[in-house]
Order: sequence, then structure tokens, then C-alpha cells
Amino acid sequence: MSILSMSNIKKSFGDNNVLKDISLEVNKGEVVSIIGPSGGGKSTLLRCATLLETIDGGCLKYNGIPVTHTNESGKIVYEKNLNQFRKIFGLVFQNFNLFPHFSVLKNVIDAPVNVLKKTKEEAIEEALALLKKMGLEGKENMYPCDLSGGMQQRVSIVRALAMNPDILFFDEPTSALDPELTGEVLKVIKQLADDKMTMVIVTHEMAFAKAVSDRILFIDKGLVVEEGTPAELFDDTKNDRTKQFLMNYNNI
Amino acid sequence: MAPGMVKTCAIFFFTLLFSLPLGLIFTFLHTSKNRVISGIMHFIISVLRGTPLMLQLIAVNFGPWYLFGIETIREKLIPVVIAFSINYAAYFSEIYRGGIESIPVGQYEGATVLGYSKAQTFFRIILPQVVKTILPSVTNEIITLVKDTSLASTLSYAEIFLLSQQYSNTIQQFTPLLVAGVFYYVFNLVVTVVMSRVEKKMSYYKI
Repeated sequence: MSILSMSNIKKSFGDNNVLKDISLEVNKGEVVSIIGPSGGGKSTLLRCATLLETIDGGCLKYNGIPVTHTNESGKIVYEKNLNQFRKIFGLVFQNFNLFPHFSVLKNVIDAPVNVLKKTKEEAIEEALALLKKMGLEGKENMYPCDLSGGMQQRVSIVRALAMNPDILFFDEPTSALDPELTGEVLKVIKQLADDKMTMVIVTHEMAFAKAVSDRILFIDKGLVVEEGTPAELFDDTKNDRTKQFLMNYNNI
Repeated sequence: MAPGMVKTCAIFFFTLLFSLPLGLIFTFLHTSKNRVISGIMHFIISVLRGTPLMLQLIAVNFGPWYLFGIETIREKLIPVVIAFSINYAAYFSEIYRGGIESIPVGQYEGATVLGYSKAQTFFRIILPQVVKTILPSVTNEIITLVKDTSLASTLSYAEIFLLSQQYSNTIQQFTPLLVAGVFYYVFNLVVTVVMSRVEKKMSYYKI
């Protein structure tokens, strides 16, 4: 059974149909990358999946349980208790969105303690192990403003992992970083992929997407232009739009 | 003049005690999604900020008598603190509102995705950052409050300004008023020192 199932998702902002008809299934242990030009709907799709935006049409399911259903008049109705679904996924933002007034450790343990109602001792133990794994040992008492962008993003990955999600979403995790810091974040994500973490990654890092993904979606103008393995998309695409997009990347 | 100083301090502390939380309630009502509630609050705040505090003091003190024939309260500290608290709450609520609006939407989204409830998001994530942001503006208001306490003399509440004025008239000398002036000044020096300490305490992080 798939962890995430999005079928025929539609979303518009006013007259702008950002998502026209997108379906996406993600199975346990899979790494799916979403690529495509800016404004094509990648981030909106992720925001719909993480319940930051509401969908206008289609159906969203986590672990087979519907989050939305369509009522008699064709309107989308969300389940009342959305926090039960928020426990299933984690999201890593482009701009980290760490809590600046909390230390690194508190950023990581605050939600496990106050949302999952774990004991503080248990949360700290898990947090320290995760921080160590992400190469952040000894940083637990620092504040986000004292850390480089790369470290901040790794802390935000740890914060998401501390909630023990079944699936982790990344919304352009390296776009706010300068090129020198991109590598350390990508390395950590690669490490998670090797650990068989289920992930959906919106990214502009083509080489990374190719290396880490089981499956890639190329999204443009609110539709999936092409979907396939990295080899199918990058080396062997028959689609003219995909070709054109990737060529522009290779030319830079 | 010492009893006057005590009374001035009483106005000051009680006003802060009530107006700081009341301002937050005003902010919630003002930013309510219910248009009727937010509209009414908007009007109340504009009246409180748009009319003299002296007039509001008189309204709180004598209003009940003019409107309902209720005897005015003998202990003048009560109407004084009521009028001051409501008036300052209006100013504080606008400061809070500005502070809350300055917090990036990403902070709300980060908390929401982690499963925080709305109340948890506000009190654990948003409010602490708001406090840091608005501290300089709050200090300004507090300094103004120290000086505004003198308006309580309107209701014949014998705080230091009224006392020193009367004393000065009696002995036909300026000294008592000078003492009052020094008192306000020192009071505000203390306020400034305390508030800059608080600001320093919060400088361990940047937003």
C-alpha cells in the first residue's frame, strides 16, 4: 500500500490553474524527485500534500486513509482531525523555518514533547542521536542564528525526523544555500535515501535527483509531462518538453 | 510628598499589570475573522487613541453617575486605573498587532506541519518572538505612562503631581514642583535601565 496517494489533484489561485490534474503515488522506501520549471506547480503540489494548501479537486490519501472526500455538490471536504495525518509526514522547507528563539536541541525536541507527548528525557536522547548522525554533534546548545545555512537546514531535517514520520517532503532544500553549502545538505539526504527513508524531493539539483531517486516526475504547467526512472528521463527521454528543459540545464 | 510618590507608583504598576494582557485581548478581537467583532474593536481602539486620556478619566469617573445615577467611587485609584488600563491597552494592542504581523508566515507553517495546535503555535512560537520585536516600542509607551500618571490629578487623586502643585501654591515656592520633576526623571531612568537589561537578555537570538 502506498504511503501517499494523490489522485487527479486540482488547485487554482483565482484564475490561475496551478495544478490541473496531477496524480502521484509514493510507496514505502521510495525516493521520488519532482523537477520542472519555476511556476510549474512543483511546490504547490508539495504544499497540498503537506496540508498547507487545500486542494480544489481530486483526492488525497495517507496510508490508504482519505484526507479529503468530495461531497454531493462536488466540493472538497477535509477530515476534521488533520493532526492525525500530520504525524505521518514531515516537511523540510526551502527557508528552514527553524524557531529562532529555541536552541538547536529545543528546536528538535519541542514538538516531540509538546505534540507527541514524549518525555523530555526520551526526546533528548533521540534528538542527540539524530544530531550526531547528521554531523551536528556539539551544536545542540547553539541558536539558529549562529549556524551556517547548511547547518540550519540539517537541523531542520533533524527536527522533521524527530517526529518519526513515515514520509519526508523536501521543498527545494538547497535553493536558499550558496553552492558551497549545498553539498553537505544533499549528502545528508542521500544518507537518508540509503537508510530507505521514504522521500519526495522538489529540487533544481538535476545531478542529485538523478543519483538519489527511484522515480522522477517532470512537472510543467500544472501537469505531469513525464514520469519515469532517472535513466528513462535523463538519458532516454522521448518527450520534447523534457528534452528542452534538460538541455537548458546542461547548457548553463 | 512620599505618599504622592507611592500613589504615582500604584497607578503605574496597576496600569501595566492590567493593560499589557488586556492589550493582547484587544489584539485578538481586532484581528478576529468575525468582521463585526473586529469592526467594533477597530472603532473602540480608534476612540481610545483619538480622544484625550484626561477626557477618558472623567468619563470613567463621572459616566456612571451621568448615565445611571450611580454614586461615583470614593477610592479614586479605581477609576484612574480603569481608564489608564483601557487607554494603554489600546496602544499596546496596536504594538502587538504590528509585532505579530512582522513574524514570517514560515514560522506558522513550520509549527503547523509539526502538529502544533493554534494555541501552542501562538504561545510557544509566535509570542516569544513578538515580545522581542516590540520591546523598544513598549519601552516608549512605558516612559509615556510614567509621565501620564500626572493626569490622575484631574480626578483629585493625590499623586505626586497634584500634591507638589498644591504644596507649591501653599508655600509660594517652585521647589516642590522641581522635586516632582526629578522624581519623574529618576523613575524613567530606572525604567530605561530595566528595559535595556530585558532587551539585552533577549539578544541571545536574532529573528
